Amino acid sequence: MNTLAIKAENIGKQYHIAKEKRKYTTLRDVLADKTKAPFRRARNLLRGQATGAAELDEVFWALRDIDFEVKQGEVVGLIGRNGAGKSTLLKLLSRITEPTEGVIRLRGRVGSLLEVGTGFHQELTGRENVYLNGAILGMQREEITRQFEAIVAFAEVEKFIDTPVKHYSSGMRVRLAFAVAAHLNPEILLVDEVLAVGDARFQRKCLNQMQSVGQSGRTVIFVSHNMSTITRLCERTILLEDGRIVADGPAHQIVAQYMASGSGTSAERVWSNPARAPGAKVARLRAARVRNDQGHISDAIDIRRPLTLEMEYEVLRGGYRLLPHFHLYNEEGITLFTSIDLDPNWRQRDRPAGRYTSIAEIPANFLAEGSFFVRTSLITLDPTIVQFTEPDVVAFHVVDSMDGDSVRGDWAGPLSGVVRPCLTWRTRFEPSSNV
Amino acid sequence: MAVQEESVLPGQTTAKGKETAENNIPEYVIKPSHGWVSLNLKELWEYRELLYFFVWRDIKVRYKQTVLGAAWAIIVPFMDMIVFSLFFGYLAKMPSDGVPYPIWNYTAQVPWRFFANGLTNASNSLVTGANMIKKIYFPRIALPIASVLSGFVDFLLAFAVLVLMLIYFRYPPSLAVLWLPYYLLLAFVTSLGAGLWLGAMNVQFRDVRYAVPFLTRIWYFVTPIVYPTELVPEALRPLYYINPMTTVVDGFRWVLLGTDTAPGSLAVISTVTAVFLLLTGAYYFRRTERTFADVA
Repeated sequence: MNTLAIKAENIGKQYHIAKEKRKYTTLRDVLADKTKAPFRRARNLLRGQATGAAELDEVFWALRDIDFEVKQGEVVGLIGRNGAGKSTLLKLLSRITEPTEGVIRLRGRVGSLLEVGTGFHQELTGRENVYLNGAILGMQREEITRQFEAIVAFAEVEKFIDTPVKHYSSGMRVRLAFAVAAHLNPEILLVDEVLAVGDARFQRKCLNQMQSVGQSGRTVIFVSHNMSTITRLCERTILLEDGRIVADGPAHQIVAQYMASGSGTSAERVWSNPARAPGAKVARLRAARVRNDQGHISDAIDIRRPLTLEMEYEVLRGGYRLLPHFHLYNEEGITLFTSIDLDPNWRQRDRPAGRYTSIAEIPANFLAEGSFFVRTSLITLDPTIVQFTEPDVVAFHVVDSMDGDSVRGDWAGPLSGVVRPCLTWRTRFEPSSNV
Repeated sequence: MAVQEESVLPGQTTAKGKETAENNIPEYVIKPSHGWVSLNLKELWEYRELLYFFVWRDIKVRYKQTVLGAAWAIIVPFMDMIVFSLFFGYLAKMPSDGVPYPIWNYTAQVPWRFFANGLTNASNSLVTGANMIKKIYFPRIALPIASVLSGFVDFLLAFAVLVLMLIYFRYPPSLAVLWLPYYLLLAFVTSLGAGLWLGAMNVQFRDVRYAVPFLTRIWYFVTPIVYPTELVPEALRPLYYINPMTTVVDGFRWVLLGTDTAPGSLAVISTVTAVFLLLTGAYYFRRTERTFADVA
């Protein structure tokens, strides 16, 4: 028992949904039912059967047969498509809602960052909200007082701490909310997508904070759609699909499996609705793709072959110089490189409005095996304005089929390094003269 | 994993204080609940600090962005008193237990406001806090309790004005004042009991929001606020005292104005109803709260 923080046995969560409307044949039936319905519903309501009262008869299992154990100090990622049951599972673990079946045993206080800023009140000052939010998250008053300075410093809102939160920018509010949550001190921490807050610099700060939480021996369950974050923060990952656990194992392995199944970040991302596409006044991103050397969109790239990264964007206002560029990350979140569009036809030239596709080729025998994530960005020069910068738009895996003609040569074991270039080797030989 | 046999009541997440010498890490068991559930007051006690913060927030926020601020706590019952004095006292010549109508009416308005505001706020508290309920665990019952508790501040403000009026109309305090906390407690229990029922129902059905103003208005008129209890036929009095607010209002008048409206043994009927309302309300609340996060 000492080493287990969470033990979930056979967890299931059922939701009720409204069943299909009955078909009536006569007006009499309709009237009869309409007259009886309020009484029937009121009776159910008084019995405390909320679902009966709402006449939600159809059931649907958001989670079923969930069995897992988490050791103390483990950092576990939880991934899966939207609707796979990740949030439901976190809600069960944090006791927000009850399971329909099964038992969860927890050892330690549970703190959750399911949505930062819950309970923030617009009319209260930053200081007051820190106390209120801290109390809601389960902190004791002395604990908040002790950490107050650190929280405010982390959020970088020192000057405005006695201003009502309604006058805060949304960025400040989110930073303050995250800062409170980040200073929680429970034995088990549940985190849901909270890192998608603030600007890039603050995100990095949050990520580092989470990393140190993970190293402090606390148990963390971490939900994210950001695969590079998952592989960076978690050693183990659970993959959920349609309310069931389909895989549980080392993070990079499960992430690779998930992405190979085509449900995660894939080799192509298209924004068909321009209104939802990332972008600003001058340009917006419309698509990003990874292609193999055959020109096919593919997320599995042979290590011996080149690949191309493609960024399709729309220039809405002509007359600006653009700097489209890619950032490439590996699964540890390490930036391998940033590459800027150097096409001589467009360099140092104002671009007219229209649709563009910038393509970059990554040579063969350059990347190591593993998963890679692409951030596509575009800035306009003079003045420098970021038009869009979209993390993890596309991802791909570099695989080595071990045919013996890759950089591996005859070695089949693990190879370290973020890149694996094919270098030219020469061996000089001098025979020993006196054998 | 050697799981000890924990006596987990259904519907209850227990923080078992299996505190060994070297660590005091609590353990929790989460499982489905069925049927009757415990009130789990122990847990509420553990969360008393959150309760305090909810009360504090309600008080802080209540009159924000109003020009008159907390003065509203006085203005509303005071204006009511003036209107009723004009129509019932001056025009309709309503009997008022031999006391000037304005102070007689205001003495009833003060506890009534406390009761009615508590009831209204408690019944809306879970809908207002739906965002929190869906995101974070805490004993949900803290929300309606805080709503009623925070009304004490308004009560004290209105009561201060009442004290000034008592001085002005020359009603010196008597020993009966010692009963005042009891009547106030009765108003609190009734308000919370009804608030728990309505609050829990309101999560599921917003019908309640429309029914509450209607309910409080009816309640207002079955309580002797604008007319004296003596107008109610003697034979119906036991029935009349089923409404705990009758005891509260008559009690307030008795202890502060010295009227002969001492509820006496009829107060027992009121107390029983109030306690019944609170207990059933709390059980109903606990029984339905497991679905709050799903339906809020």
